[in-house]
Amino acid sequence: MMRFYRTLLRLYPASFRDEYGDELYAAFAARHSDVRGGAGQLTMFVAALADVIPNAVAEHLEILRYDLRYTWRALRRAPAFTVTAVLVVALGVGANTAAFSVADFALLRPLPFPHPNQLVKVWESVPGYGRYEFSPGNYRDLQAGATSFSALGVYVPTAMNLSGRGDPLRVESAAVTATMLPLLGVQPAFGRMFTVADTVAGQSVIVSNSLWRTYFGADESVIGAHVSLDGKSYTVIGVMPATFGFPTRTTALWTTVGFAAGDFDDRGNNYLKVVGRLKPGVTVERALSEANLIAAQAERRYPKDNEHVRASVNALSDEMSQRARLLLIALCGATLCILLLACANLASLLLARASSREREIAVRAALGAGRERLVRQVVTESLMLALLGGIAGVALAVVAVPALARLVPSTLPVNEQPSVDLRVLLFAAATIALTGLAFGIVPALRAGRADSMTALRDGARAGGGRKQRVRAALVSVEVMASLVLLVASGLLVRAMLRIESVDPGIETSDVLTARTALAWPKYAEPLVRERFYNTVLSDLRALPGVSGAAYASFLPIAMGGGIWPVIINGRNLDRNGADKASLRLITPQYFSTLRIPLLRGRDVAETDDAGHPYTAVVSQSFVTRYWPREDPIGKRFTIGLHERTIVGIAGDVRVRGLEIESEPQVYVPSQQVDSGSLVFYTPKDLVIRSSSSPATLIPELRRIVHEADPQQPLSDVRTMDDIVSTETAPRASQLRVLAILAIIALLLSGVGIHGLLSFTVSQRTQEIGVRMALGAETREIVGMIMRQGLTLALLGAVPGIALAYAAGRAMQALLAGVSPSDPVSLTIGLCLCVVATVVGCARPALRAARVDPISALRSD
Amino acid sequence: MSHTRDEVDALLPLPPATFHILMSLSDEDRHGYAIIQDVLVRTEGELRLSPGTLYRSIQRMLEQGLVVEARTRPAPALDDERRRYYSITAFGTAVARAEMRRLTQLVRLARARGLTPETT
Repeated sequence: MMRFYRTLLRLYPASFRDEYGDELYAAFAARHSDVRGGAGQLTMFVAALADVIPNAVAEHLEILRYDLRYTWRALRRAPAFTVTAVLVVALGVGANTAAFSVADFALLRPLPFPHPNQLVKVWESVPGYGRYEFSPGNYRDLQAGATSFSALGVYVPTAMNLSGRGDPLRVESAAVTATMLPLLGVQPAFGRMFTVADTVAGQSVIVSNSLWRTYFGADESVIGAHVSLDGKSYTVIGVMPATFGFPTRTTALWTTVGFAAGDFDDRGNNYLKVVGRLKPGVTVERALSEANLIAAQAERRYPKDNEHVRASVNALSDEMSQRARLLLIALCGATLCILLLACANLASLLLARASSREREIAVRAALGAGRERLVRQVVTESLMLALLGGIAGVALAVVAVPALARLVPSTLPVNEQPSVDLRVLLFAAATIALTGLAFGIVPALRAGRADSMTALRDGARAGGGRKQRVRAALVSVEVMASLVLLVASGLLVRAMLRIESVDPGIETSDVLTARTALAWPKYAEPLVRERFYNTVLSDLRALPGVSGAAYASFLPIAMGGGIWPVIINGRNLDRNGADKASLRLITPQYFSTLRIPLLRGRDVAETDDAGHPYTAVVSQSFVTRYWPREDPIGKRFTIGLHERTIVGIAGDVRVRGLEIESEPQVYVPSQQVDSGSLVFYTPKDLVIRSSSSPATLIPELRRIVHEADPQQPLSDVRTMDDIVSTETAPRASQLRVLAILAIIALLLSGVGIHGLLSFTVSQRTQEIGVRMALGAETREIVGMIMRQGLTLALLGAVPGIALAYAAGRAMQALLAGVSPSDPVSLTIGLCLCVVATVVGCARPALRAARVDPISALRSD
Repeated sequence: MSHTRDEVDALLPLPPATFHILMSLSDEDRHGYAIIQDVLVRTEGELRLSPGTLYRSIQRMLEQGLVVEARTRPAPALDDERRRYYSITAFGTAVARAEMRRLTQLVRLARARGLTPETT
């Protein structure tokens, strides 16, 4: 029983236990000796618990209350220290929480489907040329031969014109096989999934929850309702749950994809995106080797179509583009730098505070405060700082996360927005708190030792040499981290400038674009389409201020694909090779509207119809590739299923955007295609050059399209300038984020340098006084302090440059060809660091210069 | 040493345990267990101070200057070497008196209202 009581006493704070432990024990023992029998023992046992536990808790709370009061007073006495420390903690916690919340959401969060690790995407692949969609024939072989998958499904992303209730609407959609949605493991909110019979009939549609709410007014009786998609009647059979978005967050409806017997013949017709669910226990590698085996068999059977075709399998969650992934990783790296800086700064601040409080702590120790109480006090202070900073940091993260969320590509099949991640918040807060504790406790422990009496004797003269060296090292680390961030931002700025200086090949100002996606089969005949184009274009051209209007398959930059193999003189195409061109069907005036220079020959003309020889206008790069030293006009080649004669040479256009080299371009007249062929290339994008503002032009445009075909929806109305800035927007936002982080880093290291040097100066006041009394000039004193600061900066800069180069190498894909060792970025980064150092040194140096030798020597 | 009225009043009303400890020390210096027993006897078994409550009170009373550790030990025959003895200070006596005054007034006020202690 007595041993039990002795153990219970450990619940008391050590200070109380040391003082009264024996007394407590004796009092309890005295009472215990009076007790007899089991019932008495039990009473004693209960009494011991009832005594020790509430009293120990009360005693702990009392000490905490006292420490909090003391901390509060101490922090209020040092407002500069408190504000700096809280800000540093807030930046570290806030920036990290925000960045990792977004990264975790995009990179690590599992897909919102059951057993997401089993879901993979399967591609055809050609060595050296990446991934292709499957052709129906090859997909059928895969389905028949593969044993690795519990299910395989197909989707084809597309967009459709929805009408039948209210205004016609252009929506994102996906055509799927009956297996596709079930294999994801999701059930409809109500209604049913597709059956095989549905895919044969091709008249059923499942709608997304948001479309059901917006377009169908959340009508529960929607099942069985008829709607018109691209002019064809469909029956609504199901509504998906609100959380479901596949393949993208914005997919509004799902129709079926079915195959006719003839579809399996053309193995070069790649348009099926294939998703598989691996059987339990099957690895991606095994599925890949099996798919490769099937592809090799197909190559033997169809050597012409399937030459070199293999398979590629990747996790569905890995679908994010390499660039987006790299961007998020860079962001995380940058915020880790910030966390490092924040920790280094906090450590430095606490060490400085500990040095300046050495005497205070020594006095308290001399007055009988035990080491435990001193440590407790420091812990309370550190935790209080961490708490205050943490609260500010959370506020920062809450503001920052929505801003960073724009970096997440919308193509992820995740139907929600990232939010502040509690785990990350705790991680960052814990890192900061640990730093605070470590650098707070160590000085307190040392102060608790017997030799702390020297602090009392020595006054301020004892410099605490080791502590100073630690702080100096911390400052160097800060300079290093901020240099890395500065150089990285500098590289991205240079990349941005380089991209902005690229000539897109078109004049983007004063151009309005819009899409009128023509529904099939209503517009399958080129002649029917031509009537629509002519009505719209001639009405547009008649508007005041409009100097040109034309239709084309796709807008440059907005759409980079649409690539077609080129055949010259029957020379066989090489699927691996570069014999491909960017193909566009256009109406006359396309070049003049976008101000693409016509270098030679003529534009396509109204007379270039099916009754005349098939023609093409090609880009300068196309000529350079095939007829570098010949006159290209009149040369013939085959593209888009017909042999065509070159009638004009146009300037090159950056079809694939400003950052990527584009294929040579071929433009063919919109009338010179066969009925029902080249569906994908059917002109649907309208470009209008007009001096009047979009605000006045858009209503006119709507009226004109409505008059030409009341069923025809108009979508994607935007200016060409918008398209270009959308293309550069992600880069601009990533740059802004990184630049903000770099500025924060610079501030932090400036604060660090300033803090260290001001402290050094105050510690060396006497030494400086002696030097001045001995005849040192003000200039020499200032130089001495500055030299100290710059040396520290230099010590950090050397590894900083090496790290910055490594960081630049790692994010080379984001740099648009700017070299990671770009001297301009390095120089500017270094200069900014030096400036921050000088600014950080300035005040302490001036204070040193103003030291009065007489009072400095007399002080203490 | 004289104490201002304010210093005394700042501590009122006293927690019951504190008042009992002051009463217990008013006639002689005692160690902790002796205080517990004294309180137990004087209250006829009504109040048994637990060791934890006792020493937490004593700690606070030491800080407040109500009691001090006794400098003179009792006669060797009665002395328990291991134990610390506490004695009441002049301030402690003043505070105990003030508390007594406060309680007396309270009782007088209650009587004036015709309140009588319940008879058993």
